[in-house]
Amino acid sequence: MIAFRLDERSGVPTYLQLIEQVRSAVRYGILRPGDQLPTARDVVGRLAINPNTVLKAYRELEREGVVRSFPGRGTFVTQEAPRPIARSIHEPLRRSLRRWIADARHAGLDRQAIADLLGLALRDAFEEEIA
Amino acid sequence: MSLALEAVNVSKRFGRVLALNDCSFAVPAGRIVGLVGPNGAGKTTLLHIAVGLAEPTSGRVHVFGISAREDVLGVLSRVGFVAQERPLYRGFTVADMLELGRRLNARWDFAYARQRVANAGVALDRKIGSLSGGERAQVALSLALGKRPELLLLDEPLGGLDPLARRSFLQELMSTAAESGVTVILTSHEIAAIERTCDYLVILGRGRAELAGDIDTVVGSHVAVTAPSRYEEFIRTHSAIVDTERTERQISALVRVSQAVDWPTGNGLQVRPVNLEELVLAYLRRARLERTTK
Repeated sequence: MIAFRLDERSGVPTYLQLIEQVRSAVRYGILRPGDQLPTARDVVGRLAINPNTVLKAYRELEREGVVRSFPGRGTFVTQEAPRPIARSIHEPLRRSLRRWIADARHAGLDRQAIADLLGLALRDAFEEEIA
Repeated sequence: MSLALEAVNVSKRFGRVLALNDCSFAVPAGRIVGLVGPNGAGKTTLLHIAVGLAEPTSGRVHVFGISAREDVLGVLSRVGFVAQERPLYRGFTVADMLELGRRLNARWDFAYARQRVANAGVALDRKIGSLSGGERAQVALSLALGKRPELLLLDEPLGGLDPLARRSFLQELMSTAAESGVTVILTSHEIAAIERTCDYLVILGRGRAELAGDIDTVVGSHVAVTAPSRYEEFIRTHSAIVDTERTERQISALVRVSQAVDWPTGNGLQVRPVNLEELVLAYLRRARLERTTK
């Protein structure tokens, strides 16, 4: 079971944050086919958000085929959900990122500066692709 | 679509002051509604009229189709109301208050109310006067829910609560809404809390409903436009201006658009979506301006 978190200052609508967290958990194999999502009532009670917001996020995920709701039983990750990225792929990448972050900290960058730099590099990389 | 509450041309005069001035709006059942407006906009007066604590000078407020003027018991059996400052008897224990709730209400779910108080971690033998603000808020909410209302009216429920108490109050409220489907109307100045918990918005200003609707729809039908002054005419003909700021050469406006507008962007004209806070502030500012220039 995953626990949702909210970033109130991000400006990203709550239901989109919930959707993205489920997608990410599926992508990294934290949620697997057959796994259950927290009930709307659980999410609402933990995060103090509008119940319809959770239902809206789950409906959108269901439309994408990532989850399926069974009335009275709950909402589950489907067999058709995207395959997770293999550990053999993402773990070495994550290790090299950790080394890179250590270097950046060593050079005196704080968390925000590191995040900014990553954002800039991402933008460079993907905009080059478009251009 | 059934309506939980409907205000129809409601006016209320207190001496020379017109607290509500031909106010009309509707709230569909099952929604969680944020009722916002500056102090003195008539929010409390409206809630009081809904439950029969005040009489309108003219017009009607219907609760599930019933007006408190015609059938106050019919309304009260379906509505839970927590007034500002959560009035409870200070000398009573929590158990006394639950007993009072049982005696005063035709429909009363004692076990449910007691369970809620227990969930909030408040012992039944505590005196009301000894409770913290957050505990009092939870007890007042439990009492209002004890009669299993279909509509819950909360006047400034977050007032005087610290952030932690506010959080647990809203957690309880949202869980209740999720499991019972009760319609909730709450007044608050806390836009962030409204954004998180509400799906329907009513803005009161100048004693009137400036805006009422589904929050996503309402936010989506407004944009912020910044442009050189020469575009002012274009903006006015293609949208309804809610609030503007002008400098010598530029106009910034928050506007409502009723249909897709083909904005001539690129010549210094920029359009961006707005968030709930900007939207509410724009309407409140307009209401205040029109009041001072009236």
